[in-house]
Amino acid sequence: MTTRIQKEASKESLLLNMGPSHPAMHGTIRIMLELDGERILNSEVEVGYLHRGFEKICENRTYFNLLPYTDRMNYVSPLINNLGYVMTVEKMLGIEAPERAQYIRVIMSELSRISDHLTCLAAMAMECGAFTVFLYNVKAREYIWDVIEETTGARMTTSYIRIGGVRADLHPGYKAVLKKAIVETRKVLKDIRGLLDKNIIYLNRTRDIAIVSPETAISYGWTGPCLRSTGVYYDVRKASPYAVYDQLDFEVPLGERGDNFDRYMVRMKEMDQSLRIIEQAMEKMPRPSPSKLMVEALEPAEAIKASRTKRVEKEIKLSPNLEGSERGKYLDILGTDKKYVVPPKEDTYTSIEGIINHFKFFMRGHGIRPPKGEAYFSVEGGNGELGYYIVSDGTDRPYRLHLRAPCFHIVSALEEMIKGHYIADIIPTFGSTNMIGGELDR
Amino acid sequence: MEKKKVIEELKQKFSEKIKGVPVQLGDEILLIERDSLLDIVQFLKDKPYSYSMLLDLTCVDYKGQEPRFEMVYHLYSIPNVQRLRIKVSLSEKDLRIDSLASLWKNANWLEREVFDMFGVDFKGHPDLKRIFMYDGFEGYPLRKDYPLRKRQPRIQLRK
Repeated sequence: MTTRIQKEASKESLLLNMGPSHPAMHGTIRIMLELDGERILNSEVEVGYLHRGFEKICENRTYFNLLPYTDRMNYVSPLINNLGYVMTVEKMLGIEAPERAQYIRVIMSELSRISDHLTCLAAMAMECGAFTVFLYNVKAREYIWDVIEETTGARMTTSYIRIGGVRADLHPGYKAVLKKAIVETRKVLKDIRGLLDKNIIYLNRTRDIAIVSPETAISYGWTGPCLRSTGVYYDVRKASPYAVYDQLDFEVPLGERGDNFDRYMVRMKEMDQSLRIIEQAMEKMPRPSPSKLMVEALEPAEAIKASRTKRVEKEIKLSPNLEGSERGKYLDILGTDKKYVVPPKEDTYTSIEGIINHFKFFMRGHGIRPPKGEAYFSVEGGNGELGYYIVSDGTDRPYRLHLRAPCFHIVSALEEMIKGHYIADIIPTFGSTNMIGGELDR
Repeated sequence: MEKKKVIEELKQKFSEKIKGVPVQLGDEILLIERDSLLDIVQFLKDKPYSYSMLLDLTCVDYKGQEPRFEMVYHLYSIPNVQRLRIKVSLSEKDLRIDSLASLWKNANWLEREVFDMFGVDFKGHPDLKRIFMYDGFEGYPLRKDYPLRKRQPRIQLRK
């Protein structure tokens, strides 16, 4: 099949194919270039190599079951993707998470944002030859993922934020781990700025390359750090605050020129602000309500044994699933409305009401059923405005679910961004757009 | 400028083209006629309304209803800090609508996606072809009558 560029290219110029399996085209994307020497006359971007039919799958899953699929959209910041979906459904149901859960959500989404930016800048710098920066960034990301892992039980595919709240409370020792992550990330950020800010090689490859004007950025529907690098003030956290962002003090860094270096700089400054938000949220977070001591609790196996003869009144020592999701914590993190919250596992395993509630939640045609209607809700993802548009027909499955992927809009501008530059400039330009295949192709 | 005022002025200017302004979960939805899409959107894009950003564009298939398809546009106004949802109904027999590619650059890819998934024909689109699926893909996957596990015929890779 002949593509547009094959038809349009002049006979003197050279056609070069870049990707989809090219080391610098991380994610899978194909760029067909029309070249005059090394200068790009024209290009065509082809996407879709990672298309998995996310929207079609979601239409055939229940509202509860499709949550893990949202992890796999932007897999570098899965928690923000969870949050966007969950808050859209909450908007349709008209419910709100408990306050402690709101703070946990903010901490988790800011941690994800940092890991997203770190990954983007790591890849961008590495492709410009600064491998040290890559290693430093990945080191900092490890500290952040330690926090995420200890609380959610997973590093990337977390499925942690649930409709009505979060899956589990923060783990008991989270403060020490989180503080360590903040200190280490600050150190790394300082190191990276020392390595890159005045580095002539890096500056030559990023300064004044792929300049995007504010008008162009808006016309392409850019959001997030890429839009802000052009100097346009738009951040979903400020424009329409969700969770508890309106109670936290942070700034929205803006760029001036809209080139690759500004996109790098805005991300660096945003990470500083994210760290500030996390510190404030840690301070302001309401304390957990005192739950019973676990000393007299039963082992799960004993509890199941005891439940065969009579109702078990004692606490159960370990949650069968995840630490921090015991019944006593539910009021803090999830609420207790059985219409949209999975009943605690202790109840499910030890009482008949619990197991009935459990079945009622997961049975076909039951569970979470938002009223007929539609909703659009967006959160500030790592790349920009991450919006979910859901149409409900009153059943337990969404009639239509559409994801507004910020990446899609940013990558659609790539052709215009690289036009007139050299082949070597594609690499940092593409790196600065932070293309995430899962989100772009859905 | 408040959203209510914007809608009032729209109603005055395009009275017969606006089919209704229902409110759902606090969001106003503008239901408009198909032929007036470009005019209304251009009107909203200009000052003082400044809905200068096309946030999102998608389609919904209401199989069994008439009209079957519905295009959904989300616009955003940065100075007024507000979103607006516009909906246009499309019947299956005449699945055509004006392209917004002349007004917004990202409409190019977004409309290609809708064409790929639903088969909506956009008039005036510069390069309307599939974006996620390959050339030679049969059917439109996000339509309700496309089965979840449908197999596609084999295609010739090289000729």
